[in-house]
Amino acid sequence: MNRFAALFTALDQTTKTSVKTAALAAYFRDAPDDDKLWTIALLSGRRPRRTVTTTKLREWAAEVAGIPLWLFEECYPVVGDLSETIALVLPPATRQSAHSLSHWITSLRALDKAEDAEKKAAILSAWDQLPPTERFVFNKLITGGWRMGVSQKLMTRALSQATGIDEPDLTHRLMGDWSPETTSFHTLVERPDPDASLSRPYPFYLAYQIDGAPEDLGPVTDWLAERKWDGIRGQFILREGQHFLWSRGEDLMTDRFPELAQLADFLPDGTVLDAEVLAFANEKPLSFARLQPRIGRKTVPKKLLAEAPVILMAYDLLEWEGTDIRARPLSERRALLEGLIAGLPGRVPLRLSEAVPASSWPDLTAARAASREIGAEGLMLKRLSAPYLAGRKKGDWWKWKVDPLTIDAVMIYAQAGSGRRATLYTDFTFAVWKGETLVPFAKAYSGLTDAEFREITNWVRKNTKERFGPVRSVAPEHVFEIAFEGIQASPRHKSGVALRFPRMLRWRRDKPAKEANTFEDLQQMLAQYG
Amino acid sequence: MVLQFTDRGIYCPAGDFHIDPWKPVPRALITHGHADHARPGHGAYLATRTAAPVIRHRLGDIPLDTITYGEARRIGDAQVSFHPAGHVPGSAQIRVEIGGEIWVASGDYKTVDDGLSEPFEPVRCHAFITESTFGLPIYNWPDQAVLAADINGWWAENAAAGRTSVLGVYSLGKAQRVLRLLDPSLGPILTHGAVEATNRVIRGQGLALPDTIQVTPDLDAKAHSGAMVLAPPSALGSAWMRRFGAVSTGFASGWMRLRGVRRRRAADRGFVISDHADWDGLNSAIRATGADRIFVTHGYTAQFSRWLTTQGYDAGIVETDYGGETLDEVTEDDPA
Repeated sequence: MNRFAALFTALDQTTKTSVKTAALAAYFRDAPDDDKLWTIALLSGRRPRRTVTTTKLREWAAEVAGIPLWLFEECYPVVGDLSETIALVLPPATRQSAHSLSHWITSLRALDKAEDAEKKAAILSAWDQLPPTERFVFNKLITGGWRMGVSQKLMTRALSQATGIDEPDLTHRLMGDWSPETTSFHTLVERPDPDASLSRPYPFYLAYQIDGAPEDLGPVTDWLAERKWDGIRGQFILREGQHFLWSRGEDLMTDRFPELAQLADFLPDGTVLDAEVLAFANEKPLSFARLQPRIGRKTVPKKLLAEAPVILMAYDLLEWEGTDIRARPLSERRALLEGLIAGLPGRVPLRLSEAVPASSWPDLTAARAASREIGAEGLMLKRLSAPYLAGRKKGDWWKWKVDPLTIDAVMIYAQAGSGRRATLYTDFTFAVWKGETLVPFAKAYSGLTDAEFREITNWVRKNTKERFGPVRSVAPEHVFEIAFEGIQASPRHKSGVALRFPRMLRWRRDKPAKEANTFEDLQQMLAQYG
Repeated sequence: MVLQFTDRGIYCPAGDFHIDPWKPVPRALITHGHADHARPGHGAYLATRTAAPVIRHRLGDIPLDTITYGEARRIGDAQVSFHPAGHVPGSAQIRVEIGGEIWVASGDYKTVDDGLSEPFEPVRCHAFITESTFGLPIYNWPDQAVLAADINGWWAENAAAGRTSVLGVYSLGKAQRVLRLLDPSLGPILTHGAVEATNRVIRGQGLALPDTIQVTPDLDAKAHSGAMVLAPPSALGSAWMRRFGAVSTGFASGWMRLRGVRRRRAADRGFVISDHADWDGLNSAIRATGADRIFVTHGYTAQFSRWLTTQGYDAGIVETDYGGETLDEVTEDDPA
C-alpha cells in the first residue's frame, strides 16, 4: 500500500490542481491494474462494504495504545477524524509489509463473516505492520467516508492523461453500476464491453451561475430559457425494454420512483432523457419539501405515493432511436423531444419543460422575478446551437437563479466542526426575536471565511454561557444575515418552519442583537413563500 | 504551601516572589523569554544567564539579575535553583525548597535534546507544576533526524524545481533549532528581520548558527534562487512573500501533527516540530520527578489531569494566563 499512501500524501500536500493531476496520472501509469481499479472506485465514492464496526476499532485502538477508552474519545473531537485518531495514538509498527492496496481491501472483505476475535487479530496485525500514513489509509478503507480532495473530474483527467483515452469518453465508461469486484481495469477502462452498458448514463451537463449581465450573452433569440425546477435532476434511460433512472450523483433511483415505470409503455426504445424528478399534482409542481420524504426510501408505501406523486419534467433528449445525439445542436434535440412528448395522454407522468417565451432580455428578467411564485428556483439559459457537454462547463449553459431570501438572526449556539474544521466553531444555531425571547429557527455552517471562523471561534471560547455536550450556548450578541432558498411549515421544528439551504451571507457587525428580525417577520415570509 | 496560585501568577509566600507572573509584581523569577512568560513591568527579574540576552532584547533595560543552572540561592525563607527545561536556550525549571519540601515550576519544557537548548534535566520533587500544551496521546513527535531529512528533502526538491522554500517558524527557539537542522550546502538561507534579530542575540551568546542573509528592501530576492527563507508564521501568504517569486510554503509546529490543521494552514507542507514535550515526554518527565502532587497548567488541562489521576497522582488543574488554547490563534506570543 506504500504506493497508494504516497499518492495520498502527494494529493494531501498540495492545493494545486495541476500538481494533483500529475501525481494521479503518474500513479495510473505505474500502479498494478487491481490497485488502479480500486483507486478509481474509491475516488468515485464506491467503497468496500464495512466489515468491522467503529466501536470495535475504538476499543482495540485504545487497548493497543495503552490508554483508557475515555481518553481515546477525548482525542477524537480534537483530531476530527476517527481513522486519523487511531493512526495517531497507536505505538509505532514493529514489522514491515509490502502488500498492495487491493491485498488489504481483499483481506478486509474476507473478514465479513469472521468472529470478533479473528477480526481483532487481523486488524491488530495490520496496524503493527503499517507505517503511519498507510495505517491512516487502512483505517479509512474500513470506515469509508473517503475524501481525498480529488473530484471525479480531476481523477478522470488524470486517467485520460495516463491512458490516452478521451476525457468525455472515459467519464462515460466510469459511470453506472460497476464495482471492482465484478469488473477489471481492462474491461472497465481499456476495452469497455458494449453489453455491460445497457444502464450506463451519460455524464450530466452542469451549469454555472451567470456571473455578468444576461444582456452580455448576445441576442436573446440565440437562447432557450426554461424554468429551473426545484426537484431532483435525473437521467431517464430506456433501452431494450428496461428503464433506469440515475441521479446526478450517480445513484440508481429507479426503484424509488415506481410510477415512472409506465414511461416504458409510451416512449420508444433507445431513449435517454435529461429531466427533473418533481413532486407534481394538478399540473403544478409541489414544493421540494413534499419530494423530500421520497428521497431516502428504497421502497415507497402507497400513502406516500399518493401524497407526493412525481413526474419527469424533461429538459433534453440525449439518445434517440438508440443513437447518441448529444453532439447535435440543442434546437434539434428539443424539436425531437417535443415530438416525443406531444400527444402523450395527460395521465402519463412526463412533461416538457416549456420554453419561457421572450422577445427581449427584460422579458426574461420579469419572468425570473416571478419564479418563486410558481415554485421555480429561477431560469436556465441554454444556447440553442450548443451540443450537450459533459460536466460543469461555462459558456453555453447558465443558471440564473433568483436571489435568496434573507433574514437577520442572532447566533445563540455554537458547535465545533469536523474534519479540517474540528478545531473551529463553525456550526451555529440562529434565532429571531419573539418578544423578549429568542426562538431558534435555523442552523448554518457555511458562508464565512476561514479568518471569520477563527475570529468567531475565539469569541465563542470567551463568551460561552453553558455547555451541552459538544454544543455551547453563547451570549446573544452577534447578528448574521442568513440566506436561504425556500421556507416551509414544519411541525417538527420548534419555530414551526424549515429553511432550504440556509447559510451565512454576512456577519452583520453593524447590527446590535436587538435589531435582528422577529418571529413575525419569519411568519410573514412563510405566508408569502411557503 | 510552598507555592500558591494567584491571579498574578505562581507565588511563593516564604520568599515573597512570583514565577512567570502575568501582572506586575515586585519580584519575578522568569523561566524563559517567551512573551507569555516574561512580561514587562516587574520590579526585579531573575533568570538564567543564557536566558537573559533574549529577555533583555525583548523587554529592554530591566532590573535583571542572573543565575547559573544548579546554583543555589536563598530568597527570604526559600531555597531556589534553576534547572534546564530543554524548551529554548536558557529556559529553566525553577526548584523551590522550604523546610525540606520541594516544589518545581517547569514553565514550558521538552524532554528531547534539540541540539541547541540545554537538555532537560529531571528534578526530584514533591510537587510538580507541568504544562500540557500537547497533553493528549495523539501528540508524539517524530525523531529529530527524520525531521531534518524531511525539511532538507523538501528544500532540495524545491531548489531543483526553481522554487524558493519559505518556512514559517517562531522567531525565538524554533527558528534557531531549524537553522541547526538545515543543510547549508543546499543553498543560501534567508531570514525575515524578526528571525534575524533573535539570531543575533543567540549568536552573541556564543551559540553557533549557520550563515544567514537578512531579507531587506534592497535585497534582490530573486538573485538567491533555490533559497530557504525562515520567517514568522504571520509572514506566510503576506505581501512580504511576493518578492520571492515561485515559492513552496511550509510551517513548523507541533500542531502540524493533525491533518486538519495542516490543511487549514494552507501551507504546502507541515513539519511536526515542537519545543514542547509530547505525550510520552510529559509522562516520562512527570514520572522522573517522583512527585505525588501534579498541578497542570496551560493546554489540555482537563484531560491530562484526569489521566494523571487514573495513574495514581494527586493531580489538579491550575488556571494561568500562559498560552492556552492556541491551536488557532498561534502567534508569536504562543509558540508551540
